[in-house]
Amino acid sequence: MMTDFFLKLRQAGIPVTLTEFLTLLEALSQRVTAHNVEEFYYLARAALVKDERHYDRFDQVFGSHFKGLETLFDQVIGAKVPLEWLHKLAELTLTDEDKALIESLGGWEKLMETFAKRMAEQEGRHEGGNKWIGTAGRSPFGTYGYNPEGIRIGQHESRERRAVKVWDRREFRNLDDTVELGTRNIKVALRRLRRFAREGAAEELDLDDTIRSTARNAGYLELKMVPERHNAVKVLLFLDIGGSMDDHIRACEELFSAARSEFKHLEYFYFHNMVYEGLWKDNRRRYTEKTETLTVLNTFGHDYKLILVGDATMSPYEITYPGGSVEHFNPEAGEVWLDRLLRTWPRAIWLNPQSQKRWSYVPSIQMVRELMGERMYPLTLEGLGQGIRALQRIR
Amino acid sequence: MSESRFRGTEQYIATDDLMMAVNAAVTLGRPLLVKGEPGTGKTQLAEEVARSLNRPFLQWHIKSTTKAQQGLYEYDAVSRLRDSQLGDARVHDIGNYIVKGKLWEAFTIDVQPVLLIDEIDKADIEFPNDLLHELDRMEFFVYETREVIKAHHRPIIIITSNNEKELPDAFLRRCFFHYIRFPDKETMERIVNVHYPNLKKRLLSESLEAFFEIRDVPGLKKRPSTSELLDWIKLLVAEDIPPEALRGDQHKIVPPLYGALLKNEQDVHLFERLLFMSRRKKD
Repeated sequence: MMTDFFLKLRQAGIPVTLTEFLTLLEALSQRVTAHNVEEFYYLARAALVKDERHYDRFDQVFGSHFKGLETLFDQVIGAKVPLEWLHKLAELTLTDEDKALIESLGGWEKLMETFAKRMAEQEGRHEGGNKWIGTAGRSPFGTYGYNPEGIRIGQHESRERRAVKVWDRREFRNLDDTVELGTRNIKVALRRLRRFAREGAAEELDLDDTIRSTARNAGYLELKMVPERHNAVKVLLFLDIGGSMDDHIRACEELFSAARSEFKHLEYFYFHNMVYEGLWKDNRRRYTEKTETLTVLNTFGHDYKLILVGDATMSPYEITYPGGSVEHFNPEAGEVWLDRLLRTWPRAIWLNPQSQKRWSYVPSIQMVRELMGERMYPLTLEGLGQGIRALQRIR
Repeated sequence: MSESRFRGTEQYIATDDLMMAVNAAVTLGRPLLVKGEPGTGKTQLAEEVARSLNRPFLQWHIKSTTKAQQGLYEYDAVSRLRDSQLGDARVHDIGNYIVKGKLWEAFTIDVQPVLLIDEIDKADIEFPNDLLHELDRMEFFVYETREVIKAHHRPIIIITSNNEKELPDAFLRRCFFHYIRFPDKETMERIVNVHYPNLKKRLLSESLEAFFEIRDVPGLKKRPSTSELLDWIKLLVAEDIPPEALRGDQHKIVPPLYGALLKNEQDVHLFERLLFMSRRKKD
C-alpha cells in the first residue's frame, strides 16, 4: 500500500526520494499520528513534499490512492478548451522549399483592407480553400494554414510562424527558472563571462600587504584588509515569449535558470517578437505592468552586457514598419528600437533557439542578424560559447 | 512523548497541519523548514514552540554574508597574534580564541533547546550544503582544538525561508517541510481574538471585511499580511475609530489609516485610483 503510494507520487512528477519515504515510515512507527487519516495526510505531506508548488499534485495522488477515487490526472494534463468556430480539423503540411515559394499577397495596407472586406462577406464556418477565413487553407486569414503574410485568428499555438496579427489574446506563463535538469552545461558556458573584481567592505586579509606593512612597522603586526572578490559582470537578458517561442520554451527556461543563479547583477525583461517601447517583467501582468524601454535604457549603464533571446521569426513588417507589431500599435519601428539598444549597450548578442539550418529561409532572421552586426548565435551550447566569446571581444 | 506535543499557545494559533509538522519534526529530531508569505508568523513559530514546550530559545539570524562556519565556531587568529606580541598569557591556550557559534551553543546546552535559523535563503547558495553533515549527525569537529562537539540532545531546529533562492535537494531531503498558507477568515478571526481579546465584535468583523477586500485588489505589489492587520487594528483601537467608519460600501469610503496596510506608494496610488473609478461609476 505504502510503496505503491510512493511510486505513484514519483509518477506524478513529485521528486520524492527513498530517504524521505523512510522518514515517513519512521515517523509512523514512532506513532506521531494517532491513526487518523487527516493527521496521516499532514504528516505525509510534511515528510514527502518539499515545495508548495507540488502541494496540489500531492493532494490529487493522496486522494486517488487512499480513497479509491478515479485518477484526476487526465483532467489536469489533457484539459483543452474547445474552439467553436475555427476548430482544428485538418492541417496543411508544406516543406521548407514550398514555404519559401509561396508569394506574399501585396502590401500591408492591402492585407488589412482585404481582411475587413472578407469579414463582411463571410458568414459561416470555412475550411480549406484559399480565399475564405477558416482553417487549414492558404488564404491569408484564419488558422492552421500557411501563407507568409497571413493573419491568425483563434488558434492555440501559432502553427506556422508568420502571422501578422494575433487575434487571440493568450495568457502565457512565466518562464520557470527552477528547471535545473541539464542547466549545468549552460552554467559552465556562462561562467566564462565572469569577471572578478573587488568590491564592497574590506573583510579578507591581504596577506602580502600585511607582511609588507608589518615589516615596515618594525615587526609589529599591522593588518591590511581587502574586499572579497565578487563576480562583477552585469547582464541584461531580454527574452522573447509566446507565439512562435512556444516551441523553444524548454531551452529558454534552462538558459534563464542557469543565468539566474550565475550572475548577481542580472536583470531580465520579456518582449514579444521584437523590442518596442514597452517591456515587462511578469508575463501574467504584461498588459498592466509595462516598463518603458526608454526607462530601461536610462537605468542600466553601458557596462551591462545585453543578451537577447528570440527566434526572430516574424513578419518583416514587425521590424521595419511603424504599426507593424502583432499586439499593439507601435509608433516607431522595431529596427529603430533595436538600434537604440545597441547604442546603449554595444556589448550585445542575439541567441536564436531556431535551428541554424532554417535561418536562411526566414527573411526576418536575416534582417535581425544584419541589425545585430552578424552577432546572432544558435541557442545551443556551442552557439552560447561562441556568443560569450564575441561578447568578450567587443570593447 | 505525549507531554511535549505542540498545540499552539495563547498568543499563537496553529492550524492542524502546522501542529502535525512541528510534532513530527520534534519527535524524529529532524529540522523543520517553514515557508510562507512574509508576515504569516514564520519567525514567531519557533519562539512559540520554545515557549509551549518550555525550552530555551536560540536564534541564528542569517544575512547575505553569513557563512556556515560562523554557526559552528570562529577562530580569531588575529587577536591571538596580537596578544602574542603583547605577551599576554592567554595566548598559550588556543581555546581562548575560539568563538562559539549558535549551533555549538545549541549542541552543548543542558536541555533540548529550540534553534531558529531565520531566513536561510538570504545566504549564499552553498550555505545549506555546508550544514548538511552537522544537521544530520548533530556533531562537528573543531580542527584547532581537535575535539568533536556532539549534541547532548538533538535540538529542535526550525528554519524559515522567504523563497528568494531555491534550496538544494540534498538539504530539503533531510527536513520536514511546511508551507504556511495565508489564513482564511475564521482562522484570522481567532488570531485577532488572541491578540485583542476585548475587541468589539462589530469592529472586528468590519475591519476583517475591509482587510480581505484590500487583499483582493488585483495587481498589488505587496499584499497586506497578518502582522499588518494586527498593526492596523491596534491603530484603529488607539485612535478610537468607530466601526461605522469602516462600514457599508467599501468602494465609497477609503478605510481610515490604510497606510498601515499598504506599504508601497504605487499600491496606495493603485488603490486610490480603483476607489476613484468605482466612485465615478456609481455617480
